[in-house]
This record gives sequence, structure tokens and C-alpha cells, in this order.
Amino acid sequence: MTEPVVDMRGISVEFPGVKALQEVDFRLFPGEVHALMGENGAGKSTLIKALTGVHPLAAGGIHYAGGSVSFGGPAQAQAAGISTVYQEVNLCVNLTVAENILLGREPRKFGRIDGKAMRARAAELLERIGLHIDPGSVLESHPIAVQQLVAIARAVAVDARVLVLDEPTSSLDADEVAELFRIIRVLRDEGVAVLFVSHFLEQVYEISDRMTVLRNGRLVGEYTTSEFSRIELVSAMLGREMGVLEEIERRSGTPGEPWLKAEGLGRKGSVAPFDLEIRAGEVVGLAGLLGSGRTEVARLLFGADKADSGRVLVGGKVVHLRGPRSAIEAGIAFSSEDRKAEGVVADLSVRDNLILALQAARGWMRPVPRKLADELVAKYMEMLDIRPANPEAVVGTLSGGNQQKVLLARWLVTEPKLLILDEPTRGIDVGAKAQIQKLVADLAAEGMAVLFISAELEEVVRIADRVVVMRDRQKVAELDGGAVGVDDVMALIAGGGDHGLDKGAQKAVVS
Amino acid sequence: MSSPAVLRNRLLWPVLALVALLVLNVVVTPSFFSLRLQDGHLFGSLIDILRNGAPTLLIALGMTLVIATRGIDLSVGAVAAIAGAVTCTYIASGGDAWVGMGLALALCAVLGLWNGFLVSVLGIQPIIATLVLMTAGRGIAMLITEGQIVTVDSPTYREVGAGFLVLPIAILISLAVLGLVALVTRKTALGMLIESVGVNPSASRLAGVKARTIIWTVYVFAALCAAVAGLMISSNVSAADANNAGLWIEMDAILAVVIGGTSLAGGRYSLTGTLLGALIIQTLTTTVYTIGIAPEITLVFKAVVVIAVCLMQAPIRIRVRQGVPA
Repeated sequence: MTEPVVDMRGISVEFPGVKALQEVDFRLFPGEVHALMGENGAGKSTLIKALTGVHPLAAGGIHYAGGSVSFGGPAQAQAAGISTVYQEVNLCVNLTVAENILLGREPRKFGRIDGKAMRARAAELLERIGLHIDPGSVLESHPIAVQQLVAIARAVAVDARVLVLDEPTSSLDADEVAELFRIIRVLRDEGVAVLFVSHFLEQVYEISDRMTVLRNGRLVGEYTTSEFSRIELVSAMLGREMGVLEEIERRSGTPGEPWLKAEGLGRKGSVAPFDLEIRAGEVVGLAGLLGSGRTEVARLLFGADKADSGRVLVGGKVVHLRGPRSAIEAGIAFSSEDRKAEGVVADLSVRDNLILALQAARGWMRPVPRKLADELVAKYMEMLDIRPANPEAVVGTLSGGNQQKVLLARWLVTEPKLLILDEPTRGIDVGAKAQIQKLVADLAAEGMAVLFISAELEEVVRIADRVVVMRDRQKVAELDGGAVGVDDVMALIAGGGDHGLDKGAQKAVVS
Repeated sequence: MSSPAVLRNRLLWPVLALVALLVLNVVVTPSFFSLRLQDGHLFGSLIDILRNGAPTLLIALGMTLVIATRGIDLSVGAVAAIAGAVTCTYIASGGDAWVGMGLALALCAVLGLWNGFLVSVLGIQPIIATLVLMTAGRGIAMLITEGQIVTVDSPTYREVGAGFLVLPIAILISLAVLGLVALVTRKTALGMLIESVGVNPSASRLAGVKARTIIWTVYVFAALCAAVAGLMISSNVSAADANNAGLWIEMDAILAVVIGGTSLAGGRYSLTGTLLGALIIQTLTTTVYTIGIAPEITLVFKAVVVIAVCLMQAPIRIRVRQGVPA
């Protein structure tokens, strides 16, 4: 094999009180796609940030392109040819696509930015990655998935020798992922070394040539993908024999009367009127592509958006969902897909975040007694395995999976009757994912109604008693979980534009 | 990375700045720290600082909570002028001082409701919403006083700004409010909910926090603080000056909050920090006089000290000092 383009040896990174990485070795060769695997908090992001100079090294050294380097920050790393696309899109949504792609490298003419040349250059780069959007359009006007691809276009705009993709696919649908992989392969064949981080095992196996596994800040090993089975990978990541994921069985219990009934609920420009029943003790899965209206359904049921048609009945009585508060009073809880913007209150402690909804329901005059708060925090930290187990820790410093668990706990302490989870397992590791899935099953077994939204069909099919399929902002089908397979759901999601066929499929499953 | 906790404390630099200013004063005026008790009143430079700083401190307390919700209240100076105008006009027309003060507080509470309405219900940006009253408020005060400087002769009223209970009554009021706010925000959940709304309004709304009520509450509180400060200012001179009472005090208050380490971006706030910030600003003003800085460069001197304190607290310095990655 050729010389590695990146060779990191004995890397240790420390934060106050935490050893984030300990003596990790990592090699990246030109022309390979290398997956960096590990649970949340294993040190994947830390390793990337150590490479790009965001985190100072406590020990170890980095060789890049044959020489010893120590970057002062991502800008220096990028100038040297290491481009990074982060998990959360780090672009300026109020600027145009072209401005975002060429930010800081704008073509100039007489000292002024040459708008025409900039759009032309951006169009060229978009063309290279096969994204057909107007470079002059404002980034905000595009869905998150497109924004992510723009971020990648920005990363390849410099002549990168190393492209780091940290969870690039977490907000992309299947077509977009295929598109992204095509781009990755093109770049790989050009000799670019691609470092790829993802929680989707399937994608990792599809795209990567080799992988490095980290666990708890330490190196587990470096493997060739084709010679490393999934079970081996998962047990390397978790450090224990896997079985948890398979353990979750659908209970064939007999849920009672519908707890919540939506009749003709809809909102113009958001989601077409739909009917939906959710029974106590039942997990209803909501499947569909990004933008299919699945999140919008959840927001209407929670009153986060106001419906302009239809009504919602809880226990047979009409409730007016004027906002989240009235939904919460009715016993509905909603955990948003956007953890950062609509979930955690980043600067506050785990304790404050955990009791926030309970506190809000009590009003500011009646604080949750410290003793009760501590008990709740201790209980849920143990139950959900929240790490670090420190109630005072600032939530923003926790890993994504642990933030998600804090959010779940926030709602569980309010003892809701209906729990709406929008993408609760997105961007979190296998271990935490299994824990959350198991929790959902347990909660339903105890009589809670759960509406579970996920882009991962396997997950939806596995844990849901019933699957509701959304397409193009419409509810297109409702499938009984017992008999449903991933392929069935996939077919419904894909649709095909043939109305006759649609109706046939719908009839078949409704009956 | 292993710096001691004291170095990481965000109040370190304000405390050092205050100490430095006090030391500078002692060097220039050796009798600076001397206090004497006369007729049961404490006198001395330090007492003067406390007494003159009382209105700023009070307004800064209200401002702290407003800023914690990502807001800002520019109207406090004008509200202070209105409070003085109402009370003095009422007393001058033969009314009781207590009733006059009550009227002033009630009117200012309404003004706070107005600000809160613009910000929380109509969703106008706080800086613009309160700019309305900042401008209009002086006009309202002028209308009340009919363009005159209304002077009053009420011993009761005079006590608020110039009276003593060993210490000046004004500073006792401000400290009492400080204690009360600390108690109310930290013993109830108000403080946490204010921070929550300030850090992440969308997440707070989805968690069921009554963000609107909370924002409304802090603007009313800020207006009440401004009203009491206005009473102090006007009482101290036994007159209401619609044009000049509380002029630019909103700037001093905002500075006090920022020097105290509360970010204008909202979120975590520090009442102790605000107390320190208010003391620094008042000490600075006093220092300018005691060390004989020419009036022409007074403002420049103030600006230099303020920017020095702010630089010390700048995120980039804190990062370097703590060795914490961005």
C-alpha cells in the first residue's frame, strides 16, 4: 500500500477532568473511504477535531502528507487540504448558495467581489456534485438535506486531499444518500482520502474500504471492511456481545380504546387533512421521507403548529390544541427532531433540562423541590444510562445520544399519556439507539401510547404495532405492524405516481 | 487547563477592576476609606458611591433579567423621569407623598406592560420596542410637568433619595431589591425559566414554558425598578426634571450588567455580577472627580476602563485562560 496521507500516532486529548482520547493511532490512505466507528462519546468527533486543530493534543503527533503538522484550527487545516463537513450544517442560511460555497474565497475583481464569477464558479461546483439548484438562491429556501449537499460542495471547492464527513447522511433520504455516495466515489477515485463517520451501518458497509473503531476514547482496531462482519463491528463498538437490538419483540397485546383521535386534522401548506387513532399501550410508527409531512403531523398533534381544519379528541372529548401547553395539559409530550434548536437548553444543567417541562407545567411559583428534582434526576440517569452521571453537567457538553436521553427523561417525568418521538434515534450510536427502542417498548407495555417517527424503516417496522405511511404531505396508508415488512413500507413511501396503484395498495392494507 | 477555580470564575475580573479602582482612589486620596458617624448617619466617600450608585444598581437589576431573556430595555431612563414627574406634580398640587409615589409606580407598571406587550405579544425586537418608550417617555414626562421643573418641599419624599437610616435609604432600598430578586428568582423557578427562555426560546416553548408571561414579567419588573430609581433621583433634589432625570442611565445599567458577566445574547445571568458592575461604574464616576481628571476627558477615561474590563472577559481570553477548546 502507498504511504498514508494522514498518520496520527499516540493521540491523547484531555478536557478538564476528562480524558477524551487516549493513545489512539489512526491512518488514512489516499484514495480510500475510511469509516470511523464508535458509540457516542467514543471519541470520533474528538479525533476529527484533533486532526483539524480544534483540540490541542495532550500527547502524540500527526503526520500529514509526509511532514509533521500541528494545525492551529480548521482554517489552517483546510488551507493545507483537509476539509471537514460537520454533522450539523454550519452554513449561513441567510446567504445565497454561491456565497456559502465560496465564503472566504470569493472571486474578486478590482478588489470587489465578482458576483457573476462567483455564481459561475458555484454552478460549476454544484454541477460536479450533481446538485441542480440556483446558486443565486438563498440557502434558507432549501431543505436541510440540500443544505448538507451544499456544505459538501463547499468542502470540495478547495482542492481537498482529505475530506472529513462527520455524519453527513443523518438528514438525507435514500436518493440523496445515493447521490452523496456517488460524489464520494468520484472524489475517492481522484485520490482524495475520505474519512466518513456515520451511524448507519448499512451505509458504512456500502461505501467504506476500511474502518477504525474507537471505544471510550481508546483504539479498538483497524479493519478492512470486506473482512469484518457486522456482528464483529457492533461488538467491537460496544465491547460486549450484541443481542440487544434483536431482543425487542413486538408484543401482540390488545390495546384498548383509542386514546387520541384526530379527525380531518390538517394545515394548509403543511399536511393534508388526515385521520389518526392512537390507543393506549400502542406504538404507532410514522414512516415517510424527509419532507413527507411526518414531522408536521407530530407538530399538529402537539399544538406546536395550529391546525386549520379538523379536530382532535382525547378520550372521546374534543380538545383545543392552542399550543404546546394545552397539549401537555392533555397528556401529550413531543420530542422534536431538532435536538439543538428545539430540544436541549444547551447552557443549563442536566438537572434543569430534565425538570424543565415539569417545572413549566407547575408554573414558576411552585418550584420542583430540590429533593424531588434530585430523585428524578438520579432515577432517570440510571434508567436511561445518561453519561456523564453528573446532574450539574452542562447539557451542551453531552454527546448527542445523551442529550436525547435527557430530552426523553424531560418528558417521562411529566408522565404523559401519549409520547410523540420525532427521530429520537437520529445521529446517535447503536447502544443508545437500542436503549431508546427498548424503552419505547417498555413504556408501551406499561400503557403509554407512543407515536414513533423515524427515517429508518427497519426501526419503525420493528417496534411499531401499526405503521402510518406519509408521502407528499399526505397520509397514504396505515399498515398493521404484525404483517408488515420493510419492503411493503418502502413501496408505499416510494409510491410511483400511479393513482390506481396507490388506491389499490391502500385498500389492501386498510381492510 | 489546570488553572484554579478562582481564575475560572467569571466574576474575577470585575472584582479585580473594582479593587484596582478603590486602591487608585486611596493612593490619590488617603482618606478615601475613612467613615465617620455624625448624627447617626455614616459619611464618607464610600457611602457617597453607594448612595449615588443606588439608582443605577436598581435599574441594572431589572435590566439583568430583561437581558437574560435575550431582551433589552432602553426606556428605563425615560420611565424614571416619568416616575419623578408624576410624584412631584402630585405632591406640588397638594397631594400626599405616599399616594404620589404609589401613582408613579402604578403608571410605570403600565408602561412595563406596554413594553412587554410589544416584545412578547407583537414580537417586536426589544431594542426597537423599548426605543419607542425611550423617546416618547420623555415627552410624557414633559406633558405631566407641563414643561416645567417641578420642585417640591416634602420631607417624606425627600427621605427616599436623601434620607439616612445610618446608611443612605436609597442604597438600602436597592440592596433590599437585590436580596428580594435573588430570593425570588433562585427560590422559585423563575430564574431557571428566565434562563431557559433566554438560552433557547423554541425549546422552552415546546417544553410548555409560558415564555410570554415570563418576558412580560421581566419588562414590568424592569419598569418598576426604573420607577423607584426615578423616585430616588427626583427625591434627592426634591424636583422633577423631565429632560434630565435619569438621562443615559439605561446605558450605565446595560454596562453594569455586561461588566457583571451577563451576556447580551441572553441566558445565564449573575446578580452579583450586576452589583459589582454597578459599583464599578459609580466608583469610576467618583474616581474621575477625586483624582482630578479634566472634565473634557472624563468620558474617554470611563470608556477606557470599561473596555478593559470587557476585554478581560472576552470569550477568546477566557478560552485561552482555561485551556478549554472552543
